[in-house]
Amino acid sequence: MSIATARRRGALLGGSKSFWSLLGWVVAILFFFPVLWMVLEALKSEPQAASIPPTILFAPTLDEFQSVLSRDFPPFFINSAIATIGSTLLVLVLGLPAAYALAIRPVKRARDALFFFISTRFLPFAASLVPLYILARDLHVLDNILALIVIYTTINLPLGVWLLRSFLLEIPNDLFEAARVDGAGFFDELIGVVLPLVMPGLAATSLICLIFTWNEFFYAVNLTSSIAATSPIFLVGFISGRGLFYAKLSAAATLASLPVLLAGWIAQKQLIRGLTMGAVK
Amino acid sequence: MSQPNVSKPAVPGPVVSAGAARPGAAASARRDGWLRRLPLLPALVYVFLITQIPFALTVYYSFFSWNLLQPGSFRFAGLQNYAAILSEPSTRIAIANTVVLTLLAVAISVVIGVLVAMLLNRELFGKGVIRTLMIGPFLVMPTAAALIWKDTLLNPIFGLVDYVLSPIGLGHVDWVNRFPMATIVTIEVWRWTPFMMLIVLAGLQSQNLETLEAARVDGANAISMFRYITLPFIRPFVELGALLGSLFIVQTFDSIFMTTQGGPGQATTNIPFLLYLVAFQGFDVGRASAIGVFAVILTMIVASFALRTLFTIFHVEARR
Amino acid sequence: MHNPLADMLFRLPERAPVNARPLSTRLVGLVIAVLAAAACSPGAGGGGGGGGAQTTITLAAVDNPQMEDLQKLVPEFQAQHSNIQVKIVILPENQLRQQVTQDIATHSGRFDLATIGTYEVPLWAKNGWIENLGPYIQKTASYDASDLIPGVAKALTYKDSLYAVPFYGESSFLMYRKDMLQQAGVTMPEHPTWDEVAAAARKVNDPGKGVSGICLRGLPGWGEQLAPLDTVVNTFGGRWYDPQWNAQLTSPKFKSAVSFYVDLVRSAGEPGAANDGFTECLSIYNGGKAAMWYDATVGASNLTASVAQNTGYAYAPVKETKFSGWLWAWALGMPSTSTRKDAAWTFMSWATSKDYIKLVGTKLGWSHLPPGTRSSTYQLSEYQNVAGPFAKVTLDSIAQADVNHPTVDPVPYIGIQYVGIPEFQELGTQVSQQIAAALAGTATVDQALQQSQQFAETAAKNYKK
Repeated sequence: MSIATARRRGALLGGSKSFWSLLGWVVAILFFFPVLWMVLEALKSEPQAASIPPTILFAPTLDEFQSVLSRDFPPFFINSAIATIGSTLLVLVLGLPAAYALAIRPVKRARDALFFFISTRFLPFAASLVPLYILARDLHVLDNILALIVIYTTINLPLGVWLLRSFLLEIPNDLFEAARVDGAGFFDELIGVVLPLVMPGLAATSLICLIFTWNEFFYAVNLTSSIAATSPIFLVGFISGRGLFYAKLSAAATLASLPVLLAGWIAQKQLIRGLTMGAVK
Repeated sequence: MSQPNVSKPAVPGPVVSAGAARPGAAASARRDGWLRRLPLLPALVYVFLITQIPFALTVYYSFFSWNLLQPGSFRFAGLQNYAAILSEPSTRIAIANTVVLTLLAVAISVVIGVLVAMLLNRELFGKGVIRTLMIGPFLVMPTAAALIWKDTLLNPIFGLVDYVLSPIGLGHVDWVNRFPMATIVTIEVWRWTPFMMLIVLAGLQSQNLETLEAARVDGANAISMFRYITLPFIRPFVELGALLGSLFIVQTFDSIFMTTQGGPGQATTNIPFLLYLVAFQGFDVGRASAIGVFAVILTMIVASFALRTLFTIFHVEARR
Repeated sequence: MHNPLADMLFRLPERAPVNARPLSTRLVGLVIAVLAAAACSPGAGGGGGGGGAQTTITLAAVDNPQMEDLQKLVPEFQAQHSNIQVKIVILPENQLRQQVTQDIATHSGRFDLATIGTYEVPLWAKNGWIENLGPYIQKTASYDASDLIPGVAKALTYKDSLYAVPFYGESSFLMYRKDMLQQAGVTMPEHPTWDEVAAAARKVNDPGKGVSGICLRGLPGWGEQLAPLDTVVNTFGGRWYDPQWNAQLTSPKFKSAVSFYVDLVRSAGEPGAANDGFTECLSIYNGGKAAMWYDATVGASNLTASVAQNTGYAYAPVKETKFSGWLWAWALGMPSTSTRKDAAWTFMSWATSKDYIKLVGTKLGWSHLPPGTRSSTYQLSEYQNVAGPFAKVTLDSIAQADVNHPTVDPVPYIGIQYVGIPEFQELGTQVSQQIAAALAGTATVDQALQQSQQFAETAAKNYKK
């Protein structure tokens, strides 16, 4: 966002920047606190992590992180990365044109298509798991990362289509008119007009899809075993039936959250960039 | 290419080009129809194939009795599974819990999400960091987060919440057992508010500042600007967040599994948890499939109704 | 015309792969069957292991400290057996059981080995889902199956043959703070009765200081809350079913046991009991917030040094029986769908051998020894040095636990802290949910048991003649 736009927004919305900043920080820390507590637990030793009363001041140790890292985690993370990035890209590639066809140049039965997409999310996973499992087994795609990419894309496409459609609807008609006058075809329109303006929307959609697939557990655990296992499976393996594990679990969860945190940081930078309205008139 | 009409009625239905009476217009309209459909087809076909085949199998299995633990138990059962679930009180309890949990969690997280989005829409010191922190609850794995909540925060003996509240006399409150549904709702609201906030914030970022400026020039104050300009503007995004959030919150499982295990009694057993009990502890594939199909039918009814009456975003305007 | 979808749909999930399937799957099944037959026949080479070919076996394992140790020592195994690669998939108990059950029941063959418990072994052996290990043990002279603790071996036996080899075994006993009890003027006998324990708990209970008399599990789950509760039921003379499979949950003795448990927890137990399982109780006892803790024998290995110093160990409290400790073992079993049985046997026999136990001791420390599997473990002086205080009570408790005769009156099922029928997973969780409500105070014991009785009757309807 240009500085001028930012100033205009600030001037419009009133109030002092310091006051709102303080409020913003308070709210953010309140929400983030359980996550922060989890990271702190990861830096304690196991008895400290479950101590009574809770240990607030302590000398941080990386022992539990080391313990977590001693379990071979890179394959899990790599699998997660492949499944996540692959499915998110697919969602964008399939979903953006679909959203276009439902928002900007709507098809005849757009409502039915939209409802259909949404309806695929109505079935609870547990009900279809055994049939899906048997299907995957017969197709010999058990423990195959491609199967996960396919499933995750399916889960996230309805989400992506609805989200992208809403963001596309915000693009003013005038811009399309202008492009039309200049003789732009479908792809020119898509890349030249739509893409730059829908960036915040794309960022939000990608981030949401990324987070969902990164943390998805049940399909992963059922359809993989040793080769294609993803990071939630790695995480959950620390929940011990006969021993203290809060520190290790927290350490593993912290490690698993880092890539997503990075993605979140990148995405929210896109969220800052808004439309430069000055160009329209 | 013919110019489309600029002013279109907000009526869902076939998009009519100007000059439809011209000869060859029918063919051109058909071609136009296919050109419109083309971008949609890959996604549509893909989703259709991958979801309907397992769903068809699920429907199929719902008419059979099959317990994985009893080899050779696969036999046709007709509507037996459905009769069983309709007569058991567990089903009714699960549906009620699902409705309560979803309504509360969605409503509260939407309200908080909108407020926070408006806050983060401003110029703040360290805005990037604040926004990233706000996404925190959403990006931690739900299983780990729920366990952290239950044991390290809410436990009446060694939890942090107890530690903090003891000095003011609220110590040793068994939060999870005395207020099971409230606990689950709290955890879900904590987890989903960032989601709502993200969507509304992305929408707010695309708001046309000129309308606001014009209103300010006309002498409007902050509250009326919010009520008459901003709120209607973000309404589609709020609705979208509520719709998508409901889809996920209806399927809440991790927090229930890790904190209350559906209890005490069945106070927090919702449909996904009931399904888990039947499918993964009872290994009764037939009954689980029936519950799933039943859930889909119920949700379809509720969703159709809600989408057509409550949600404005479901109306398709022919833009061009 | 050949319809793959119809084939898939109409396939009956039975033992033998001899039903309608898509052609390719049928071929694969045929190949698997041939290989399995070749691998199983005595004297054959290790199905793929001979001649230097690499075999990879996949083990589905539960996460506990002993399994983590095993994972650390896998390189030692692979150094000795360079042609066998071992991949371990670690999951928490609930997911593990579900995954392995699903895998085996649908003959998917994802796992060559799995940790299964004493609950599953008889059921799965009956279904033919796991391999009879008798022939393998006979082939391996150094295995010394007679060294396995009798009670544990018996629990893993079906029709006189061992179907899984124990990796970890536990019973239950009472851990108590000698110092806290002494302060309150209470002495704990070595074989206490539940009434004595309840009296002691009420005396030591000090809510003002935040110390509970006793910590007991209340978390819903057939493996969590029902484990200790069932032992109380058994020793009070109660039982889940009579020999005609009539549910007995509203019988006077069952009710008296559950009422006792609920009253004890509510009057002298930890707050929030309905959410406490093993881990939570361990934290509470370690933090000095409970004077006593009735739970798994392995709890003793998890105590911090200062707490362990002050802890005494008593046998599981009784009422009408002489002993009441439960019996649970995690054992390695071989799904019959595995195509690498010889390699799997090589690994599982190594992981449960005397040599392995010594390896754990020397490489990782003697307190890491997997408890409750072999009698010889308890004769190692190094182990006696670290586990001295509780080793004897552990070994005795395991030895006295008899899964075949868990109750005072006759019962049609096996299992001490569980009912050895497939329906028990769902039934146990449902019943424990109800009792958790009683523990939390949102239902009376009567209400909980009435509802549970109905669940139990539904669960047993296939067994009633």
